Amino acid sequence: MADALTVDIVAPDHVMWSGTASRVIAPSVEGEIGLLASHEPILSILKAGTIRVTSESENREFAVTGGFVSFDHDTITIVADPVVTDED
Amino acid sequence: MGGQQRVYRQRIRSTQSLKKIFRAMELIAASRIGKARDRVTAAAPYSRAITRAISAVATHSNVDHPLTTERTDTNRVAVLVITADRGMAGAYSANVLREGERLAERLRGEGKEIVPFAFGRRGVGYFKFRKREARWRVAGRVGLADSRHRPGDRSGAVRRVHGIARGGRRERTSHRLHALLVHGVAGASRHPSAADRAWSRASRSRVRTSSPCTSSSPAPSRCWTRSCRATSSPVSTRACSRAPRPSLANRQRAMHTAVENAEDIIRQYTRLANSARQAEITQEISEIVSGADALAAS
Repeated sequence: MADALTVDIVAPDHVMWSGTASRVIAPSVEGEIGLLASHEPILSILKAGTIRVTSESENREFAVTGGFVSFDHDTITIVADPVVTDED
Repeated sequence: MGGQQRVYRQRIRSTQSLKKIFRAMELIAASRIGKARDRVTAAAPYSRAITRAISAVATHSNVDHPLTTERTDTNRVAVLVITADRGMAGAYSANVLREGERLAERLRGEGKEIVPFAFGRRGVGYFKFRKREARWRVAGRVGLADSRHRPGDRSGAVRRVHGIARGGRRERTSHRLHALLVHGVAGASRHPSAADRAWSRASRSRVRTSSPCTSSSPAPSRCWTRSCRATSSPVSTRACSRAPRPSLANRQRAMHTAVENAEDIIRQYTRLANSARQAEITQEISEIVSGADALAAS
């Protein structure tokens, strides 16, 4: 299946990932939510967990501690609080 | 005599050490500007994403939530002025304060009631000196206009700025944040950008019932509140991340001018010291010559 979804995963200080995908699974507070093309518009709060992005060429995973996901017209915007590392 | 020369030399020395300090401050500011600019650039997608998500929901949903409707029962407007903690930044703080006054004046003309907020030592001092009402006078170092703030920072002052932007529980009186003043002369535009307009459109639009409806989990109103609480308005995010850059740019320019002034002063004093030395030598020679003349005549 062609990658029909446009995905933007942003953290407050950087873009975590941006591209196209065929499926996105996000950890919403009421359980994991899977988003495919033509899903109804949705706004959902995320809990700590892993966002899984599946595209034709690769699968990616992003660990988050919270945030929200918004889906509209096959565009997914995930505003994520990334896992804080000790780098800073 | 020698005294005058010594005074000049002392002044040159002290101006030289000042010049070194100014130069160091200029270099520090210059090195931080790049980082501050990078942070602003990095924070832009975040604001954009929030704006887009909020706008989408406001357009599609039929949720009647206080966050998506403009209040009509109050006339109060919050004006937040973010200034630097330290001076030595040229006209940065003065310009921000002047712009704040102008905005407040305009809003008063529109019949609004101003609730002023001041952040940063300079702004707080300004309001205190004029005995104006300003809430949350932050006397300590808040660092908003310095380089230490990072986007996404949720600590202390930053959290309070976001609190004002949301008109949160602690500050029931402010219902709409009108403007955040963080621009210096070379700072961000004073007019709301497209993102701000979209945000205010989203937060103002009466929610229409339209298809397709946005479904949300958990319950719509809770979801709304939490997503808006969890994030912060693009306005305040941008304000916090943009504050350092004009401040640093102004600081760099001010310090550059100070270095040039110091060089001028050093040049002047060097000239004066040289002419004083020349005068001393001339006087000494004329004394010797006249002494020799007197001996020859006797």
